[in-house]
Amino acid sequence: MSAIIAGLGIIAPTGNTVEEYWEATLAGTNGIDELTRFDTTDYPSSLAGEITDFDAHALIPSKLMPQTDSMTRYALYAADRAVEDSHTTLEDLDPYDVGVFTSASGGAVEFGQRELQNLWAKGKEFVSAYQSFAWFYAVNTGQISIKNKTKGPSGVILSEQSGGLDAIAWADRKISRGLHYALCGGVDSALSPWGYVPQIASGRMTTSRNPSNAYQPFGTDASGYVTGEGGAILALTSPEEDLHEGDYYGRIIGHSSTFGEGPNALEACITQALGRAHLSPAHIDVIFADAAGVAAEDRAEALAITRVFGIEGPPVTMPKTSTGRLLAGAGALDAATACLALRHQIIPPSRCDYSLHAPFVVITEPTRAELSHALIIARGFGGFNSVLIISNT
Amino acid sequence: MNAELTTPVLADILRTSAGEDDGFQLDDNNLDSSFDDLGYDSLALLQVTGVLQQQYGLSVSDEQFQEADTPRKLLTLANQHITVNS
Repeated sequence: MSAIIAGLGIIAPTGNTVEEYWEATLAGTNGIDELTRFDTTDYPSSLAGEITDFDAHALIPSKLMPQTDSMTRYALYAADRAVEDSHTTLEDLDPYDVGVFTSASGGAVEFGQRELQNLWAKGKEFVSAYQSFAWFYAVNTGQISIKNKTKGPSGVILSEQSGGLDAIAWADRKISRGLHYALCGGVDSALSPWGYVPQIASGRMTTSRNPSNAYQPFGTDASGYVTGEGGAILALTSPEEDLHEGDYYGRIIGHSSTFGEGPNALEACITQALGRAHLSPAHIDVIFADAAGVAAEDRAEALAITRVFGIEGPPVTMPKTSTGRLLAGAGALDAATACLALRHQIIPPSRCDYSLHAPFVVITEPTRAELSHALIIARGFGGFNSVLIISNT
Repeated sequence: MNAELTTPVLADILRTSAGEDDGFQLDDNNLDSSFDDLGYDSLALLQVTGVLQQQYGLSVSDEQFQEADTPRKLLTLANQHITVNS
């Protein structure tokens, strides 16, 4: 029996709480703007979805400040919110019965960049002792488990965007094998020059300077993605937990991962996830697209979706048009957004300030609908594909 | 004359390099508590002693630092080895 999604913690360029984020998403608020974190004057790209109004000194314990950067602070915060939302007191649980599973892309690059600069500019004596772990890919999982004193099975997945879905599915699998409670998902931030420049070099990030339509997945003038920071942590609990409908968001009922660029591997991934959920394509009520914003990748995704669902398939939405692509945080934020869509029976809109060229219906206004099953697609740089299906019962 | 490491300065270095629990203030009342009891682990102390070495020109072995397991012992050790002028 699959795990129950009992709590959500969201931190995004459009809101630092579930309520704020959901309201902004429905309103189509744009979280993308000129980067303020560092000077982009000499860079070909200059946009990002930045988190604002996050008072780390008020939200993060003082002892964790010198050993964390933005990414890990956001992750700790989102994990705390998820625990609260699940109405669970972790101290009441056996620490060996609580696990933490997160996704990562480049690790804590803001921390790593600062300390490498200290190393080369001043000398090894000036490198923080916390560099020994603070910039690692696994740091979010590590810090969340240490802060919450959890000791159960834990891990980290490095498959960029798709990792957020994989981490949730991994936690679900552990719970189906007896783990009681898990914090899972992904929160990322690469808004330092060292994290931003490689994305420019990949050729996949847009050089458009217009915040309102720079990132236009399935757009006629798609020119690449806009990066962003944030993500979501989900609290999963054992299905034996005595919860009533309405106390929880839903269940993970299907997942698959495949590897390969292009439509074939993604089509296989969607088909396998449906098979594991024992659903036919007609059972899916809404699709949260990966929405690369890179023309060739959009074509591949459109092809995979229409091959599985036909041309009169379920509506597609891509709320990440409001936040940018959050690297390892994106899949988890889409999963959390799907939970909110199922709870409120509303398909959140894509912010499409551009002309669409898609072979399916793209939702651009908040749309009431009977939603039982949401399918989320996420692709990670280099050929990672993941699909997660969430049911509201 | 050599500089002196005082309790308030050590308190500042602890706070900025390793943080502190809410309401904690290093003063004469807790100078003899162990760093362990005060919630500073070995990595936090590595960070603190790194700062002391840079700012006060201390040349102290890791073993000597490890033996200084309370703030008072660390103050005494540091003040014996300061090489920079005030």
